[in-house]
Amino acid sequence: MEELGPTDIMADTPACRATSNRGKAMKIVMAIIKPFKLEEVRDALTSLGVHGLTVTEVKGYGRQRGHTEIYRGAEYAVSFLPKIKIEVAVPSAMVEATVEAIAGAARTGQIGDGKIFVTAIEKALRIRTGETDEDAL
Amino acid sequence: MTLMRTTGAPRRLPRALGSAAAGIGLALFAGAPAALAAGPTPAKGDVAWMAISTILVLAMSIPGLALFYGGLVRTKNMLSVLTQVFAIVCLAAMIWVCYGYSLAFTDGGSLNSFVGGFSKSFLSGITPESTAGTFSNGVVIPELIYMAFQMTFACITPALIVGAFAERVRFPALLVFVGLWLTFIYFPMAHMVWYWAGPDAVAAAARELAAATTETAKAAAQAKLDAVNADAGMLFKWGALDFAGGTVVHINAGIAGFVGCLIIGKRIGYGRELMAPHSLTMTMIGASLLWLGWFGFNAGSNLEATGGAALAFVNTFVATAAAALAWMFVEWAFKGKASLLGLVSGAVAGLVAITPAAGFAGPMGSIILGLVAGVVCFFFCTTVKNTFGYDDTADVFGVHCIGGIVGAIATGVLVAPALGGVGLVDYAANPGTASPATYVMATQVWAQIKAVLFTIVFSGVGSAILFKLVDLVIGLRVSVEEEREGLDISDHGERAYNY
Repeated sequence: MEELGPTDIMADTPACRATSNRGKAMKIVMAIIKPFKLEEVRDALTSLGVHGLTVTEVKGYGRQRGHTEIYRGAEYAVSFLPKIKIEVAVPSAMVEATVEAIAGAARTGQIGDGKIFVTAIEKALRIRTGETDEDAL
Repeated sequence: MTLMRTTGAPRRLPRALGSAAAGIGLALFAGAPAALAAGPTPAKGDVAWMAISTILVLAMSIPGLALFYGGLVRTKNMLSVLTQVFAIVCLAAMIWVCYGYSLAFTDGGSLNSFVGGFSKSFLSGITPESTAGTFSNGVVIPELIYMAFQMTFACITPALIVGAFAERVRFPALLVFVGLWLTFIYFPMAHMVWYWAGPDAVAAAARELAAATTETAKAAAQAKLDAVNADAGMLFKWGALDFAGGTVVHINAGIAGFVGCLIIGKRIGYGRELMAPHSLTMTMIGASLLWLGWFGFNAGSNLEATGGAALAFVNTFVATAAAALAWMFVEWAFKGKASLLGLVSGAVAGLVAITPAAGFAGPMGSIILGLVAGVVCFFFCTTVKNTFGYDDTADVFGVHCIGGIVGAIATGVLVAPALGGVGLVDYAANPGTASPATYVMATQVWAQIKAVLFTIVFSGVGSAILFKLVDLVIGLRVSVEEEREGLDISDHGERAYNY
């Protein structure tokens, strides 16, 4: 997992944009962010009209260095840092706005702000009603 | 010369006074006050204090020690540590009333220097009216509460050991080991250090000697006094001071844990995998409960609610605070940060170190002792442990054995009246009162060192034999798969946390 600055966001690259315009009409926007930025990201997405969000507590590392923990004589280099992973499924038309909203809200400018990945969705289904694809989002 | 043998007598734990001992004094002193004729009765305040102290010491084990150790292990082994400590407390209590109390605190006949006998097995002959002596002439407490107070010491001492090899010991093997260890190591140690005839028996024999007029009567009385003085454990007769269990509890458990962690071996992945404490919150709660309970452990060991108890109480407070600060600052200086674990480890090191000195040292001496113990134990738990690479999970050796050694030896110095200590007492020079006895620092420190060395060898070798025996017959260590999975599931079929 390589650390990307906000300007490197994949969805902004021409290649990514090309990908998002063909095939399925939905995308998963997955972002790894700093834990304390979750509320701001949620607010930004809500104001965009994004209606659902899955949050997972994860650990990982990129360019941000870990730290050392000392318990009596035992010293541990802790390289995996706690992060939050959010996943949001959106229609392809909303991908860029979603990515921008997340990047804007999660950015501090410091190393370790995280990354955003966009992938295609093959199929979606709302379990309660049986609605599929964009209707299910 | 004979009287000299009582000088420097440890002021702890006379055996229960039989009515025979009181009878000797009464027969000779027909003019004794009428109140004495019925024998001393326990004071209500003393009974209440000893009952409270007993509960406090129980709280040290459960939940105090269980949480202190539990917080230091990984999540997958938390419940196993809690279970081990709780089960050991219950097992030790059962063994104590069956034969442990008797082996520790009765006359062992020809083996009396080393261990007691079975005369009070199953608490035989102990009634609510039975009394045990204290450190004051004519002051007694109910033998039942004395027995219960001592029981809590037998409960916590084997529980202290489990911290050294937590996260890898098999539960059934541990229980068998604890039963054997109490029987062959702890009860003899308690007897050797704490068993003596008591102040009233000494005073009665000394009065008899003083009253003797003819040469033959004098010789007979002298022989009787000699016999009373000889009716004690070996380390007691060496003049070793141990107020509340520096040798019996802490060095004893500390060296046993050390030997155990060497025999059982390191945890899988030790030094390579992350084995950070899973909850220092639990460890802090546990350490705080240990401190709280330790007031019962140390001040309760005075056996009476007197100024002596108050002194032990204050020493337990200030030595602990000093040691916690010492560890915190020295770690801050050498490792860069002041840590919670360092602070609470220092507190426990201070509690351990003040244990043998609690009723002997003055408060300022106790602070010095705490500062020294905090630094020395820090050194052992970091530098020494890392240099030799033994896997003592919760630093039972570095805190309890080393802290115990520091405290036991320092007791010989800090008891000095010139240093604010209470000095030594002589119950025979002036029968009926505790008179000051001659104190020679070199003599006393040597007695302390001898007691420390004896404890290390006796418990170290004895524990090694028992560990090897249990390993051969049952197997001390869980399988690699069980260790990977965690003892909570593999040994107990439960998890500490379900969320």
